[in-house]
Amino acid sequence: MMDVLFLADFSVIRPDPGLILWTSVIFILVWGILGRMAFRPIQNALKKRENDIQDSLDEAKRAREDMANLKAENEQLLIEAREERAKILKEAKEVKDTIIEEAKQKAKEEAQKIVTNAKQEIENQKMAAVTEVKNQMGNMAIEIAEKVLRKDLTGDKDQEAFVGRLVDEFKLN
Amino acid sequence: MFTFAPIYKNLGRFNQLTKKPLKQEIVKVSFKYLSVLSVFAFLFFFSTPTFAKGGEGEKAEKYDPVTTVMEHIGDANEFHVWYGVHIPLPCMLYAPEHGGWSFFWSSAFDHGHAVVDGYVLNHGRVNRIADAAYYSKGGHDDHGDDGHDHDDHATESHDGAHGHGHLEGIIKKKETTAEGKEKEISYAIVDGKEYKLDKPSTVDGGVLGGGITSFYDFSITKNVFTMILASLLLIFLFRAVAKGYKANDGKAPSGIQSFMEPFFVFIRDEVTVPMIGEHKYEKFQPFIMTLFFFILFCNLLGLIPFFPGSANVTGNLAVTLVLAVLAFLVTNLNGNGHYWEHIFWMPGIPAWVKIILTPVEVLGLFIKPFSLMIRLFANISAGHIIILSLIGLIFLFGDNGASVGGAAVGGVIGGLFTAFMNLIELLVAFLQAFIFAILTASYIGAAVEDHHHHDEHEVAH
Repeated sequence: MMDVLFLADFSVIRPDPGLILWTSVIFILVWGILGRMAFRPIQNALKKRENDIQDSLDEAKRAREDMANLKAENEQLLIEAREERAKILKEAKEVKDTIIEEAKQKAKEEAQKIVTNAKQEIENQKMAAVTEVKNQMGNMAIEIAEKVLRKDLTGDKDQEAFVGRLVDEFKLN
Repeated sequence: MFTFAPIYKNLGRFNQLTKKPLKQEIVKVSFKYLSVLSVFAFLFFFSTPTFAKGGEGEKAEKYDPVTTVMEHIGDANEFHVWYGVHIPLPCMLYAPEHGGWSFFWSSAFDHGHAVVDGYVLNHGRVNRIADAAYYSKGGHDDHGDDGHDHDDHATESHDGAHGHGHLEGIIKKKETTAEGKEKEISYAIVDGKEYKLDKPSTVDGGVLGGGITSFYDFSITKNVFTMILASLLLIFLFRAVAKGYKANDGKAPSGIQSFMEPFFVFIRDEVTVPMIGEHKYEKFQPFIMTLFFFILFCNLLGLIPFFPGSANVTGNLAVTLVLAVLAFLVTNLNGNGHYWEHIFWMPGIPAWVKIILTPVEVLGLFIKPFSLMIRLFANISAGHIIILSLIGLIFLFGDNGASVGGAAVGGVIGGLFTAFMNLIELLVAFLQAFIFAILTASYIGAAVEDHHHHDEHEVAH
């Protein structure tokens, strides 16, 4: 098998000291130079950028959450304000109703009182009038009686006519 | 690594051989034959070793697909751009017994026509003349052999003391070693004399067919050049990206920064964080990122079929070996007590099982990075071999330039399959880089994981 392999000069499988030396030197130099000059700075820059992006995303998320919170708060406030308004309106209505009711009551009472007073007055006036009438009638009766007594009672018919005339007179008054 | 150089080389050849216009031949080939030929193409390719053997020893260079493919996926000391056009690369060679260090550009080899300090260029790779006789010539010959010697001086171009000389050619010979094994040994011909060549330097100690050589090659080879290119591209790219992060601090990403950011985030969120854990991943992110991008860029550069690319970097065992060793070191140097306890004395099982389990776990320590090394190497090498083989169909069908029609058929079939394979290789380039990174991350994750603490943590969440 080896004979077949080495039929031609298969030189690539025989490590050459020069190639070993130069490969080592070149590779280690490239490793050092690229590592120091490029790969480390790139790695750090990428890491920094990725951190920045992550931070920005976190910040945005936080801001979004804050906004959401704020919105919820506002809505809460709005709801509360609405409730407050409704409450105030309700209270106002109640107050109005009470006031009206009270006013009505008061007016009614006043009216009643006025009516009562009027009735009282009327009664009083009536009583006074009645008394007046009674007094008048007493006086008239006395007058009539006087007149009757003064005129001599000559006939019944005359007397009757006379009384009648008196009553008519009285009525005319 | 698949340069088009051989195509041009051979195109040039059969243009000389056949005066027929290429188009005429293509028209002759009906589609009926295409499907039949594509089947034959594979049969033909898989029987190539015998074909290659047949070509051996002949003076005229016959197309040998296996050797060509192996040469193309291998490392090289010069960058082959075009037929005859090479970009020189610096050679840094060390021969402990002869003169120590040598530094020169690979152009000094004069495309394989010159010996420099005893080194020669053999199919793009530096070999060294191992023969002591070569070095004893020139400055060291005062004692003199015979009357012949003087004559030699007059005609010989080479100066043995300095190892320089004119290379006339390199030949291969089969020899039987003392152990009875048949070996192929190359000889350099200088001044009409043959001098034995060392194999290209390796550290395998002969286990993988290499061996101890009299020299060590520390050159900036094609693979090293591509690795440097990939590294520079990475550094420029990520410097721009890092600048973007500084400029756009606190702002949205823009430009190249936003293009590369998904990669970084992907490796972090899909590889390091799930594998290593959220609390410990940061320390290992640069290592995993570097692994992923270094492998990816080397893979992708290897897929470019012309000059700045085409090197089979991650398909070379030396490269994956280093990456795997680094993964092993990073994993085990960061291993916590919990990890080592689970390896050496697994809690919660009977003692006799522990005795069996401990060697298995210790073996596992090494098997993990070994599998990383082999996986990447094999995947990338295999991809390059397949693509080069498909390109090779052109020369096989073309019968080394003799049949233009065959070459055209090979071009159509090979081209279509190569296009398809390239798409798969593009996927493999990403996939293998990702697999190497994610597996390394998982090994590190196992080493730094703290079970009990982790469980409490989970409950706390």
